[in-house]
Amino acid sequence: MTALAIRVGGVSARVRPRLLGTALVLAAAAFLLFCLGMTIGDYDLSVAKVVAALFSQGDYYDRVVVYDWRMPRALCGLFVGLAFGMSGAIFQTITRNPLASPDVIGVSAGATTAVVGGIVLGIGAGLGTQTLGLVGALGSALLIYVLAWQRGTTGYRIVLVGIGVSWACTSATSYLLAHAKLYEAQQVVGWMVGNLNDSTWAQATPLLIAMSVLVPVTLAMSGWLRELHLGDDVAIGLGTPVQVARLTLLIAGVGLVAFGTAAAGPVAFVALAAPQIAKRVAGTPVPPLVTSGICGAAVLLGSDLLPRVLMPDWQIPVGVVTGVLGAPFLLWLLARANRAGSGG
Amino acid sequence: MTELRASGLRLAYDNRVVVEDLDLLVPPGRISVIVGANACGKSTLLRALARLLTPRAGVVHLDGKSVHAMPTRQVAKQLGILPQSPVAPEGLTVIDLVARGRSPHQSWWRQWSATDEAAVAAALAATEMTDLADRPVDELSGGQRQRAWIAMAVAQETPVLLLDEPTTFLDLAHQIDVLDLVVDLNRGEGRTIVMVLHDLNQACRYADHVIAMKAGRIVAEGTPSSVVTPALVSDVFDVRCQVTPDPVSGTPLVIPTGRHHALTERETQHSR
Repeated sequence: MTALAIRVGGVSARVRPRLLGTALVLAAAAFLLFCLGMTIGDYDLSVAKVVAALFSQGDYYDRVVVYDWRMPRALCGLFVGLAFGMSGAIFQTITRNPLASPDVIGVSAGATTAVVGGIVLGIGAGLGTQTLGLVGALGSALLIYVLAWQRGTTGYRIVLVGIGVSWACTSATSYLLAHAKLYEAQQVVGWMVGNLNDSTWAQATPLLIAMSVLVPVTLAMSGWLRELHLGDDVAIGLGTPVQVARLTLLIAGVGLVAFGTAAAGPVAFVALAAPQIAKRVAGTPVPPLVTSGICGAAVLLGSDLLPRVLMPDWQIPVGVVTGVLGAPFLLWLLARANRAGSGG
Repeated sequence: MTELRASGLRLAYDNRVVVEDLDLLVPPGRISVIVGANACGKSTLLRALARLLTPRAGVVHLDGKSVHAMPTRQVAKQLGILPQSPVAPEGLTVIDLVARGRSPHQSWWRQWSATDEAAVAAALAATEMTDLADRPVDELSGGQRQRAWIAMAVAQETPVLLLDEPTTFLDLAHQIDVLDLVVDLNRGEGRTIVMVLHDLNQACRYADHVIAMKAGRIVAEGTPSSVVTPALVSDVFDVRCQVTPDPVSGTPLVIPTGRHHALTERETQHSR
């Protein structure tokens, strides 16, 4: 039995026990990591005290520590992971290629260039990293779209053009850094690897606002996603407005990456790996949208927690951990795609 | 009965005009087969009828309304299309693929109604895919895979069904399977069917209505026996041939002459 029918009145759904189980287990793991992350710091807190504080119970001082100091970082981890995971699922499904993730094809790199440019050149300092990240991500996505997305574009064409755009953005970022003042460069490099060490409500608040819009909008379009991966012709035959669907899904995907990147920097490999992990664990043919997001959140929170437990004095940025874990994963994925000869 | 009609169609890819000033009324409730040499515009015409291609001029009407102006979901409830060699994502099971055929009838709160489930079960049964329902599509044989895709189009429950070369890449037994299935869909449920076929003899046997195309125009249409003559085959396919009645169905059977192998007069006498 791969799917069960659930019908209540006029409402009906097809539920896959394995997918639902995967989502619930990952959600529980993400919540646990979310709470565990908030126990760590100069002031000792147990998981029970953190949970109590979350529900506005317990000691006043505990609640101050949780809400004012530690929650921004945990929330940033949660929602940046969610955003990257969902965005990765969108891009991988539309292009039918697991390598066409926003962090591989230069959407994240575009956001990075714009943010670094803003800091170094002093342009739009008033705009903030959110706006700059959004402009950069949209700009590079548009460039990839124009260069690669002609009639009947294959996933590989997008990957190749995307890698080109990614390198162009990386070069531009390096050039900007070479011209930066030392204190600016230091500020930028800390952000560029993907970092939650300095997260405050100043990063978390805009992220939460953006996610409260983007996540529901993306979920509302998940039916289109399911049809688009059958190919344009079949999708049109099934009544999908393909052009509108693809464009709005891509804009939502770019938005998710842009706001995630603005809050935590371009954390490597999460957008690539989370959907693929979710897909394999849940046993679905394409990355499941919601589960990919939850998986991304668990991966990001876990990667942020790991060095704080193992090497508390080192202040290792989360992007370094995801990079170290993600690189072998990417190699494995490439080897597998080559063997299958289908790209995934 | 749903009426599909094209008038004044001009179809082009970039700057290359493939079909010019074409008018067509698809006979409702019948099987129509479009035939013609390679690059004559037959698949292009089918794609335009299915709104996969937007015409440069002219219009395709479905019950009097333009398919390119109607909401695409509305069209999907009345007209199904199976494109040429579609590819399913790795690991997608047959039942999941067939269930996608219900998309135009679903909404975000009604994802899997009893009607959906019944339509999918019926489509699987009609295509004899029930036993393979939980198998991944990419692991099936060519014939089974094509039947799975047809099952998806069947589950869509549209009065009009368009098929672009449904028998290509199939071995002979599977070709006949698929074509017999198409006849079942037509006779059993009264669906209007339009398909593109390469094999002229199969077209003659399975079509109620043959549409012969050459260089982007319809040169003849009508019953197989009225359309398929040595003169037309010579004109459309540039092949000299003889046409005799098919010993099984009585429909025209086209036998190309070629330059070699013809019996001499004496051998002809002898064989008689």
